[in-house]
Formats: sequence, structure tokens, C-alpha cells
Amino acid sequence: MSQRLITWIDQRFPLTAFIKHALTHYPTPRNLSYWWNFGFLAGFLLLLQIISGVFLAMHYKPDVDLAFDSVQHIMREVNYGWLIRYLHSTGASAFFAVIFIHMARTLYYGSYRAPRELMWWSGQVLLILLMASAFMGYLLPWGQMSFWGAQVITSLFGATPLIGDEIVLWLRGDFVVGDATLNRFFALHYLVPFFIVGMVLIHLMALHHVKSSNPSGINLADKDNIPFHPYFTAKDLFGLGVFLIIFCGFVFFAPEFFIEAANNTPANPLRTPPHIVPEWYFLPFYAILRAIPDALGGVVAMTLSILIFAAMPFLDRSRIPGGARFRPLYRVVFYIFVVDVAVLAYVGSQPPGGVIFQIDVAATVIYFAVFLTLPFYSRWEERWLRARGLPPALQALLDSDTELRPRRETRQ
Amino acid sequence: MAAMGVVEDQAMAESDEVDEERRDFLLTATGTVGVVGVAAACWPFISSMNPTLDVQAQAATDVDLSGMAAGATRTVAWRGKPVFVVHRTPEQIAAMAQSEGGRDPAPDQTRVRDARWLVVVGICTHLGCVPNKTESGWLCPCHGSVYDNSGRILHGPAPRNLEVPPYHFAAPDKIVIG
Repeated sequence: MSQRLITWIDQRFPLTAFIKHALTHYPTPRNLSYWWNFGFLAGFLLLLQIISGVFLAMHYKPDVDLAFDSVQHIMREVNYGWLIRYLHSTGASAFFAVIFIHMARTLYYGSYRAPRELMWWSGQVLLILLMASAFMGYLLPWGQMSFWGAQVITSLFGATPLIGDEIVLWLRGDFVVGDATLNRFFALHYLVPFFIVGMVLIHLMALHHVKSSNPSGINLADKDNIPFHPYFTAKDLFGLGVFLIIFCGFVFFAPEFFIEAANNTPANPLRTPPHIVPEWYFLPFYAILRAIPDALGGVVAMTLSILIFAAMPFLDRSRIPGGARFRPLYRVVFYIFVVDVAVLAYVGSQPPGGVIFQIDVAATVIYFAVFLTLPFYSRWEERWLRARGLPPALQALLDSDTELRPRRETRQ
Repeated sequence: MAAMGVVEDQAMAESDEVDEERRDFLLTATGTVGVVGVAAACWPFISSMNPTLDVQAQAATDVDLSGMAAGATRTVAWRGKPVFVVHRTPEQIAAMAQSEGGRDPAPDQTRVRDARWLVVVGICTHLGCVPNKTESGWLCPCHGSVYDNSGRILHGPAPRNLEVPPYHFAAPDKIVIG
């Protein structure tokens, strides 16, 4: 019976073919580490955010007079409203944490290289959509941080030459962040996830075309690929279990950890809280904004600090595979970059001025220097490695690479 | 090549023997825990669509009966629904005591706590309209169901008598519905 049903469906819809292509016959490198788990976790969080968000929207009211109270209503009177809200607010932070690790893995292992540039760039679009969605969602509780965060970020567009003021007015639909702003942010906060889902599908289609990268950085022989299901469904689900333990730890025991205390005060357009900070995931970029003592310059620097990741396939001129693993200099720079981002995040969380400003400037310079000097030191590093003689393990890897080598020879 | 974990077949070779029973047990146990976990995780979301605590808090309504002359009717809101409170005249009480109603027979005394006071939910049991008061009871404007002065269905499409809400007399001239 079930076999007949499947046959009936297969004649009309490529169900079995799809399952084979995407799961049971999808070749996956068998050397993937747990760093390759984070794309799956991001997918899980997207689902969780959409589901919890839809249920929150059933009780939320996007009106300046009702929004703050409707969130309190969710917390106190809706059955399990506190849980759904904390899942959503903690989920936002977890989403960024997972995405940042996912990006760091790509940078460390050079997964952005050919033929995976479109994966990296669709991921870049996803990051920007995620930031937009998070920013607009943060206004909805209509607390002091919500309000002043939105006020500051929309003001950034005022740095646009000539028509800055008109753009800010248009974005807000009011002279300050007001009822019109709240309503459109709610509408767009609900809309953007649909774009994210669409872009994720593109991301996945590209992935299923080029296949996963792997820690070795080369294309593995067929015998070193294993089917995604059951091997990596099991591995991903185990990783999800570990993730959920940590995630639920925050949701149930420290749900306010990621929520600024000032946001428990209703928005007051007449008074800015003494110390306003963005959510932690925006801190490094916020620090870069503050490092430039010029409105337009700061906005440009902050925008570039996000967009510059897209240039990685062009900036990295080294052809040594395996990412940072076989590239001592790149590895050092990678860790410098991670520490630098952490420093920027700390600086972004502190009140501006004095030493903090000097650290901010230095860290911003390092941030961009890492990218802009990459074409030079990556090529120099490769020459140095080859002159010194490649490590035997690496040489063996290069010899076993089925696809890269012929292409490289024809290029030379 | 030997240095790379990628291409070492040794680990694969060592585990040729598979304990099928153990594997099946682990699969079933893990699957069961997973399904139960997912089902449990669904519950808060389903539950959140039930009436919230502030809605449930509207469950009781006080009605002051003093000043209601015999023959008067008042409509009060209980849980957002209309409730008819009728001060019946002795003639109406006598007439109702002799009737069993129509389609859904019920003696009048089972539908009242005090024969002078009739308390019924003012929602037609057919499709939810609010019936209008008439001399002899109620007439539903939507599909013509006719109720008597005990809220019992006489004719028309409605299947049941008007519902009697839970209520009690807090004082001789005060009732609490809910």
C-alpha cells in the first residue's frame, strides 16, 4: 500500500528523487567536524523564530499606546507567553551566535573559495536580512532601548548627502520614531523572514550543487564521501541536542541575560537613557561607527565592515587548501581578527570617550587592515610555503585532489 | 597521505561487526524520546491560543436585582455573552409551571433557582444570534426560533433550550453569574 502510494506520488512529483538527491544519496565529506553543524542550527533557529514569532504576533499590538502593555500581557496573561517570548528573544541572540560561528568557520577553512563564492554571497545577503529583521523586531517591545535604538539607527540614514533628512522622515513616517514607524517595522519584521526563507533555499540549492566544503579544503575522492542521511542527519541532530541544552539554559534560567534592563521601561521620546547600547550582536559594527568622528564617514565605515566579507574570494590570493590549517600566517591573522572583533564588541558596549575611543580607532584600523592587506600577505605566504617545501601531509593532499590540480596547471 | 584522517580507512575496517539489536534499541529509544520531546514542545504553543488569564478573569458577573419591577428584563454581559435576567410575573410563573416546553422538554423548576427570576444565556442555540424579547418569551430574528418565558424552545430550527448559566444568589436581591 505505502509503496503504491509512493509510486503514485513519484509519477506526479519527484519525491523519491528529491529525497535521494538531498539526503540518502547526497555525498557529504566524511571528515566534517562539528564546525559544519552550524548551518543546520541556523536553519533550526530560523524555524523556531518563525513559529514563536507567529504565536507572539497573535497577542502583540503594534500601537504606541498598546505595544509595551501587550508585551507585558504576553508575559503575564497569555498561557506560556513568557516561554514563547523568551524563546523568541533568546532565539535572536542564538541566531547571531550561530551565524557568527558559521561565518568564522567559513573564514578559517576558506570555504568561500571557488566554486562556493555564491554560497558565501547568498550567506552575506542572509546576514544583512537577519540584521534588518533583528533591528526592526527590537523596536516592537517599545521599551526605552527599543525606541532609542531605532531613533539612532534611522538617524544614520540622515548622513546621506543632500537628501538625508528627507530619507529619515520617510523611513519613520513621522518626525520622530512614532506610531507609523512601529506599524511599518512590525509589518516588515513579519515580511523579512519570508525573504530569508527564500534566500536560504537558494543557499541550499547552491550547496547541493557544489557540495559541502571540508576541513582538508580539497575535493575528496568518491570513497571519502558518505550519504548525508543517516550519517549527518544523526550528527546534526546530536549537535542540535547539545545546542538545545545551552539554549534552554538561557531560556529557562537566564532569559533576561540578553535583554537590556532599560528596555523594561516604556519608550519615552522626551528622555534618552543615560547609557544606550545596541544588542550585543551589533556591538562590533556599532564600535566601528563610533570610531570615525564624522557622521557620513562612520556610516560608510560601518556598512563596509559588513559588506567587506563579500570580497573575501577576491582578497584571498593563496591557493593553499585547508584554510588556516596549513597557513601559519593566515591562522595568526584569523585569531587576531577574532580577538579584534571581541575588543570592538567590548568597546561598543562602553560609554564613548577617552581611552575607549583610542582603542576603538586602533581596533577599527586592524579590522580593515586584516582584509585590505590579505591579497599581499596571502600571496607572500604561499610563495614562502612553497619555497620552504610543503609539509608532506599537505603535498599528499594536493596530489590527491581530483579537481583542483588540472585547473591550476592550465591556469599557470 | 597516511597523516590525513580523511583518507584513513582503518577506522572503518575495525567496526565491521554490527550489533543490530543494540542499534535497533538505540534507534527506537532515541526516536521515542525525540517524538515525545517535540510533542511536549508543541504544547506551550497550542496552549497559548487558549483564553488568556485576563479573559478567564472575566468569568463572574454581579447583577443587582433591586429596582427590577415584575415583568422587567435586563441583559447583562457574562464572559462577553449576553445573559437575560427576567423578573417574571405570577401569571408567567403559573403558565410556565404547567408546560414542559417543546422540542427539549424540561420542567420550569429545573431551570430556575427562584421561580420569580429567570436567568438564561441570550444566545440562540441554533446559530448564535441574540433573540428578542416578546410578550410570551423570545423570538430569534435570524431564523425564527421561538422560546417561551422559561427560555425553552417551542418551535423553529433551534435544537435546545436557552442555556442556563451557573449562578447563585449572593443576597436576596443580588446574583453572581459564573
